[in-house]
Amino acid sequence: MAAPGKSSRIRWHIVVFLAPAVLVYTAIMIFPLFNTLRLALYTEVDQVRVFVGLENFRTLFGDPRWSDSFWNALGNNFWFFFIHMIVQNPIGVLLAAILSHPRLRFAALYRSAIFTPTILALVVVGFAWKLILSPIWGIAPEMLDAIGLKFLYAPWLGKEEYALTTLSLVSVWQFIGIPMMLIYAALLTIPEEILEAAEVEGITGMSAFWKIKLPLILPSIGIISILTFVGNFNAFDLIYAAQGALAGPDFSTDILGTFLYRTFFGFQLQLGDPHMGSAIATAMFVIILIGVCIYLFGIQTRMRRYQF
Amino acid sequence: MTRARRNPLNVGLMHGILIVYTMIALFPVFVILINSFKTRRAIFREPLSLPDADTFSLIGYQTVMRQGDFFGYFQNSMIVTVASLFFILLFGAMAAFALAEYRFRGNTLMGLYLALGIMIPIRIGTVAILELMVSTGLVNTLLALILVYTAQGLPLAVFILSEFMRGVSDDLKNAGRIDGLSEYTIFFRLVLPLVRPAMATVAVFNMIPIWNDLWFPLILAPAEETKTLTLGSQVFIGQFVTDWNAVLSALSMAILPVLILYVIFSRQLIRGITSGAVK
Repeated sequence: MAAPGKSSRIRWHIVVFLAPAVLVYTAIMIFPLFNTLRLALYTEVDQVRVFVGLENFRTLFGDPRWSDSFWNALGNNFWFFFIHMIVQNPIGVLLAAILSHPRLRFAALYRSAIFTPTILALVVVGFAWKLILSPIWGIAPEMLDAIGLKFLYAPWLGKEEYALTTLSLVSVWQFIGIPMMLIYAALLTIPEEILEAAEVEGITGMSAFWKIKLPLILPSIGIISILTFVGNFNAFDLIYAAQGALAGPDFSTDILGTFLYRTFFGFQLQLGDPHMGSAIATAMFVIILIGVCIYLFGIQTRMRRYQF
Repeated sequence: MTRARRNPLNVGLMHGILIVYTMIALFPVFVILINSFKTRRAIFREPLSLPDADTFSLIGYQTVMRQGDFFGYFQNSMIVTVASLFFILLFGAMAAFALAEYRFRGNTLMGLYLALGIMIPIRIGTVAILELMVSTGLVNTLLALILVYTAQGLPLAVFILSEFMRGVSDDLKNAGRIDGLSEYTIFFRLVLPLVRPAMATVAVFNMIPIWNDLWFPLILAPAEETKTLTLGSQVFIGQFVTDWNAVLSALSMAILPVLILYVIFSRQLIRGITSGAVK
């Protein structure tokens, strides 16, 4: 183990080993993070930075010009997350359950193919789907026509009531590989003896899945949920690529990431405002922190970890 | 094993579901790629057929090559990704070794401090990061991106690598110490080669998000000379929205390098995800 602790002398090699990582991490991640929280308490008057306390937050939550956008973005963000949870997890579990089936042929091939969208840039994915769903190109209506469902088609990305859900589904399409792989890995760790024991008791097929496998993969579903939560609440690329910084139509796809970008960087006639941007970033930070805390203290501790 | 889990009907159903989903997963990529090689007419007439002698055209690629410096973007993405990975692995492994190997005051605290960044996205600090880069004159340099991605990748790298390093046998290291090797030599010569699989996992995990990121290139390095491939294609496509040949070709050029890397590394990647998840 460690060199015997001569506590009076500094063991310089430890410092050398730790220094680069700690320095870069502190300077580029932790310090800016807290600096952003601090900047949220300032504003700029005649190019001079002045301390205004919680004034920016009062504007953000109280001034209708800001609060409407903020609550809209927050609400949309929750809907974005909700769609992920109800679509991504069931499909991910289903695919993983099938893939983990012993002696399934071509399993590796399916796995790699289904994971492919996950490696693509959201920018590419956003544009690709925008083209495919576009009424100009007509791939989507044509394909629906082929199965007799043409009446279902609508220019989804252009309609306020559908655009956000459509983009959420595109995002699910892209990320489905991650829950699938994590659940797949969890399913592989379930020992054969348990399943065989269940079989002796007459528990097979679907009931084996619901009664034995599902409870055992719940911790993985918990991890996936928190990863999805954090990912969704700082998502930006997909909306920006597909709908632009204005998150159209009429801000119906605006989420916190795009709202932060517009506020901080400015767009069209509105000038960028780093201090209001920091206030929004702080709100995002708090939301993510609450989510992570609910997971760590509310969900994870209650879930029994099964060790074999 | 019993027959109950090997019902031919179920097997058919399972393959059916997987085939349908595989098609859903690959279809958009396929459509983009095949149409990028077609004439404008054919793109709209027969969007789902493969290019043939009549409809084959490289006009989109020609526009892309003329209008956008895609090789430059590609090079920038390459530099940023490779350099970030190098620093994440080097610094991450060093810190992980310190945490896993030595007992010192503040060890646990340091581990927790470094782990903070696993859950908190670095994007939250963007406003201050930009301010920092402006004040140090690093805006519109690749170095700014490399620093940000290194900071972003370190927490998870330290976490995964220190788990692995705890598993390296003490006897080996102590034998090295008896032979008079310095702590540095022990780290670089004895320990690093043993944790190579874990390093590969960390590298593959970090590679895709760095390569694909749009946020930081857009904010920290939007200049023409420092555009990454992701930002470059985004800007290019934004300018050429109505030129379908060019848009499809630009999309394909953004997809292809990643797809090739994926074909090479998919085994490593999938093994990394599944083995990392077991913990």
